[in-house]
Amino acid sequence: MCGIVGLFIKDPALEPRLGELLARMLEVMSDRGPDSAGFAVYGAGRPDFVKLSLRPPAGFDARSLMAALSVAGGEVSAVTRDSHVIVEIPAKAEAAARALIAERFPEVTVVGSGARMEIYKEVGLPKAVAERFGLPAMSGSHGIGHTRMATESAVTTNGAHPFSTGRDQCLVHNGSLSNHNDMRRRLTREGVRIETENDSEVAAGYLTWRLGKGEALNDALTAALSALDGFFTFVVGTETGFGVLRDPIACKPAVMAETDAYVAFGSEYRALAGLPGIETARVFEPEPATVYFWERAA
Amino acid sequence: MTTRVIDLATEGVRGLNAALHADKAHKHWQVLNPAGLHSIAVGIDAPTTVEIDGHVGYYCAGMNKHASVTVKGNAGVGVAENMMSGRVHVLGDASQAAGATAHGGSLIIDGNASARCGISMKGVDILVKGNIGHMSAFMAQAGTLTVLGNAGDALGDSIYEAKIFVRGTVAGLGADCIEKEMRDEHKALLFGRLKAAGLDGQVDVGEFRRYGSARKLYNFTTDNLDAY
Repeated sequence: MCGIVGLFIKDPALEPRLGELLARMLEVMSDRGPDSAGFAVYGAGRPDFVKLSLRPPAGFDARSLMAALSVAGGEVSAVTRDSHVIVEIPAKAEAAARALIAERFPEVTVVGSGARMEIYKEVGLPKAVAERFGLPAMSGSHGIGHTRMATESAVTTNGAHPFSTGRDQCLVHNGSLSNHNDMRRRLTREGVRIETENDSEVAAGYLTWRLGKGEALNDALTAALSALDGFFTFVVGTETGFGVLRDPIACKPAVMAETDAYVAFGSEYRALAGLPGIETARVFEPEPATVYFWERAA
Repeated sequence: MTTRVIDLATEGVRGLNAALHADKAHKHWQVLNPAGLHSIAVGIDAPTTVEIDGHVGYYCAGMNKHASVTVKGNAGVGVAENMMSGRVHVLGDASQAAGATAHGGSLIIDGNASARCGISMKGVDILVKGNIGHMSAFMAQAGTLTVLGNAGDALGDSIYEAKIFVRGTVAGLGADCIEKEMRDEHKALLFGRLKAAGLDGQVDVGEFRRYGSARKLYNFTTDNLDAY
């Protein structure tokens, strides 16, 4: 069992409340996943810059990393939030920065990267995790979150969701995949970087691979229906999109709500009960084996 | 007759259920702020009426006996599961496994019910005004499942008994479930079910098709290996 949530805001006036609403949704889903929690938020970004969500080990002095990155890539800025550091660098320097981190700072995990996406995840109760990173104060256009009850790999920060395998792409998963080892080998051959033994990261990698071939989010999700074997409810984010997919058996729960102001996803309706205007929202259960996605202008 | 009002935001689900079990004086109950909480109004054993003002979570009105429970919203997984008697009415949609294993009573869903509606039903009468999802009436043993809309794939898989009436399309029948002749006795039975839901005169029994058990899987035979 796990809990997943997502919120895609349509009315910009609600964007300052994204973090507050997402944090509340995550906290309600603690019963479904008390081991660890994580979230991705699509906030502000600067043209031609990319944000690396990094997780260095405890006690790490970020100054040496910053110095090395400025030599490699020019203008660098960083914000530390608890155990994570968000480093903003010129987008064209991302590959060089990643290579530098892998070579000189192998103890630092690159959790994700994106023009607007920031990812945070930790072991612990969802409410505590959300507060450690200051989620309630974050604003943005959309975000997804996960509360984990581990089944397929250990309770570690690396095993927590969301998983990101491509720029501004992330995925949360409730369920378990049965063909993830084979798919991981196939994707690795295709050049998709998959860091962990976790099955859900393979699903993220699969979508990254399809999106990298130029497919739209809905086409990539449609392809995932036949490529991925197992139980899943996925909620995925891209820089401008938000998608939901359930396997054909649909063992894993899902409820959605839509108003003029937002589209929201919860493993259970409880997670949505605190949203503004929920009393008059269209509340529905997404159909099995059916792709749902929303896009906004970039 | 006074109505006892319980606000779940202050009294909680345990408070509500304990009161429903202990307080036999009140025959009318109103439940406020359900907020998708699980196990609302379960285990009632009294001829009371309960109105729930909003969406409920899992197992609402489970194990119900005698009571009439109305959900003014959607219901989560397993609404009216293991109901013995009484009536549960969902004004919105129901999630998976609605009426699971229910022995008796009547479950009416005004909207759609998703997968596995009436799984292992043992005598309940379920009526869904919208559509039902896949694997509905899986291993159904007794009772009726009436659907005004369409049924998903693998309807009535491994069904023992129980009668299924569908007005719309059926995406596919499960193992050992077949279409059966709609005789006068079945039309009369269906009319009774529609009437109990207040639909007599609005819906024509002639528009329905009946599905039930081929009774080929009751006993193990090697001839049936492919079906197991």
